[in-house]
Amino acid sequence: MKKLFLILMLLPLGIHAQEKSKKNVKTEFTVVGNCDACQKRIEKAALSVKGVKMVNWDIPSNVITIIYDQRKVHLDSIHKSISAIGHDTEKSFSSLAVYDALPLCCQYIRKE
Amino acid sequence: MKIQVVILCLSWIVTFSQDNLSGTIKYKENNKIIPVAGANLYWENISKGTVSDEQGGFALERDVVSNVLIISHLGFKTDTLIVNSNERLDHFLIPDNEDELEEVTLIQRRKSLQKSFIEVQNIIKVSSAELLKAACCNLSESFETNPAIDVNFSDALTGTKQIKMLGLSSPYLLISEENIPMVRGASQAYGLTFTPGTWIESIQISKGAGSVTHGFESIAGEINTELTKPLTDVPFFLNLFGSGNGRFELNSHFNRKLSDRLHLGLYLHGNQRKEKNDRNKDGFLDQPLAQQINIMNRWQYIFPEKGWVSFLSWRWMNDQKIGGTVNFEPHLDSGKTTNWGSEIKTNRFDASFKLGYVFPELPYQSFGFQSAYSNHDQDSYYGLRIYDINHKSFYTNILFNSIIGNTLNKFKSGINFSHDEYDEQVNNFNYLRTDQNVGAFFEFSHDNNENFSWIGGIRIDVHNRLGTFVTPRFHLKYLPLEKFVIRLSTGSGRKSANIFAENQTLFATNRKINITSSGGQIYGLRPEKAWNYGLSLSKSFKIGSDDLTVSADYYITDFVDQVVVDWEKSEEISFYNLTGNSSAKSFQFEVDFTHNLLEFSNSL
Repeated sequence: MKKLFLILMLLPLGIHAQEKSKKNVKTEFTVVGNCDACQKRIEKAALSVKGVKMVNWDIPSNVITIIYDQRKVHLDSIHKSISAIGHDTEKSFSSLAVYDALPLCCQYIRKE
Repeated sequence: MKIQVVILCLSWIVTFSQDNLSGTIKYKENNKIIPVAGANLYWENISKGTVSDEQGGFALERDVVSNVLIISHLGFKTDTLIVNSNERLDHFLIPDNEDELEEVTLIQRRKSLQKSFIEVQNIIKVSSAELLKAACCNLSESFETNPAIDVNFSDALTGTKQIKMLGLSSPYLLISEENIPMVRGASQAYGLTFTPGTWIESIQISKGAGSVTHGFESIAGEINTELTKPLTDVPFFLNLFGSGNGRFELNSHFNRKLSDRLHLGLYLHGNQRKEKNDRNKDGFLDQPLAQQINIMNRWQYIFPEKGWVSFLSWRWMNDQKIGGTVNFEPHLDSGKTTNWGSEIKTNRFDASFKLGYVFPELPYQSFGFQSAYSNHDQDSYYGLRIYDINHKSFYTNILFNSIIGNTLNKFKSGINFSHDEYDEQVNNFNYLRTDQNVGAFFEFSHDNNENFSWIGGIRIDVHNRLGTFVTPRFHLKYLPLEKFVIRLSTGSGRKSANIFAENQTLFATNRKINITSSGGQIYGLRPEKAWNYGLSLSKSFKIGSDDLTVSADYYITDFVDQVVVDWEKSEEISFYNLTGNSSAKSFQFEVDFTHNLLEFSNSL
């Protein structure tokens, strides 16, 4: 009985561990930008990360949809590679110098 | 001293009458009063003004000329006040909830003939709007407004139009309908007239080496036709056409939504030319008498949530053409030497099934299956010469699309199978032939998402008459500058020459038919093989709102083996395999100017 209890306790952990490294994970988050040029930049930055399979950034909603391989890449590094070229994401922010270097149309209004 | 005091008093009065207007500018948000800093205040028609400070406070000198005060701030409605007194002014601005700019919708009409700047291949897209420019009536006539394709009036006998691309006639093109090879084999001569114009949704013309996914048969290029679909076509469509030379047409479409997922379409076409025309008085009809009935039925199934789409279509067509001398009466003169005439009767049945699946979680991955059957039966005579052909064809294709790494690297892979049975009667000779082919293909495409992309494809085919062979195709696109495209393409193609079906006009002559056998398997002839090389440059300019596109194309088709159709000697026609060099070179320079009409619609 004790054993069964232990198994039952561990079972969700096992499932959880399996879910942790899925081959195709779809995620959505906000990346700030304005125009077509931003779209190219953002999508290129995200695709340059190994393990990122598909990227689609929508201009009006500023929402990026990404399909990536969780076994190869951590979500944070995708955030970082996007903010590294000047576009703030929900989790990662670019430095002022990088922001200032953005093409004129991409210089989105930054939150204070 | 007294005077001084008076002056002092007066000046004091003067300054008093010129006095200042002061107050605050605020606004209310959720019952809280918030000062507005940086609001502009000025008297109408006068540049004199001030800006409110951080507490919303302001002081503005009164003006003699104007008492109309304008207060404005971005994000608030601009207020105009008439100020007569010098009382302190505390004014509330109203936030402007609407966008700072009123919405303006700009509508630009899409060009009906588009040269693609996106595709790697040199593809011209013809929309149904462009097709409306041609007066009528079927696929063969819809290229008349297109600079990529030359339309020749092939012969007065049948009235069919012959198309050419890169200087080569239509047998060297792969003509498909919704990606299923269509105008080939028996339908090579008249097949383009069997698709009514109103059924066409769009046409894609690809110059040069095509894609390996469509087969090995394209040498000079590919033409694909998309037909109208029950889901997107109008519920009911009726088109009647009549012309002075006695041609009448009827086109009717019925589309019905049976459920959210199932749509049904029924398309009818009929045309007739009964009137005999001989304007040049040579005793022969200028255009043949013609009659066609064409019926198509399509079922479209879509289940977008699960990623499925499917088509089931069938069509039946009956076509009759009578040509020859004005006095020719088929029931009296056929098979006789009294009046020369010809009759071509075609019966054709097509059925196709298509199934597509897009993985809902992985939009870049999809799977496609298509299968088609056709039975083409032509009975004809040209004077005393008889030519009958029956061609049964079965084609099936399985395709898988996905990515390698990420969506910048895509691939298509699959296999196809085709089976063709030919039964031809040429006067007293009977030719029977069965062609069978199994092929596998792989096509890889890379795009750097900026200015460079390429497609490389290879296919291996095992054909009972053409043998086992490899077909490579390669396309490259580079944009060194914005709106400047350089394209390169190369690839090989092969086909078996259906010498009689492709050259039916020969039967209207009395020429002796010579076939010089070279030990090949198609009428004793070897299959045709050619390499195609192409360079295309295209630059687009904006002049105001207008577009100017200048493009130059140069294509070389170099035949390794060709079936030469030799009309040189007046009393005979000879077919033999090439001994020597044969190539077709084509240069095209095109300037395209589009005046754009911008439509404004102001929605508040």
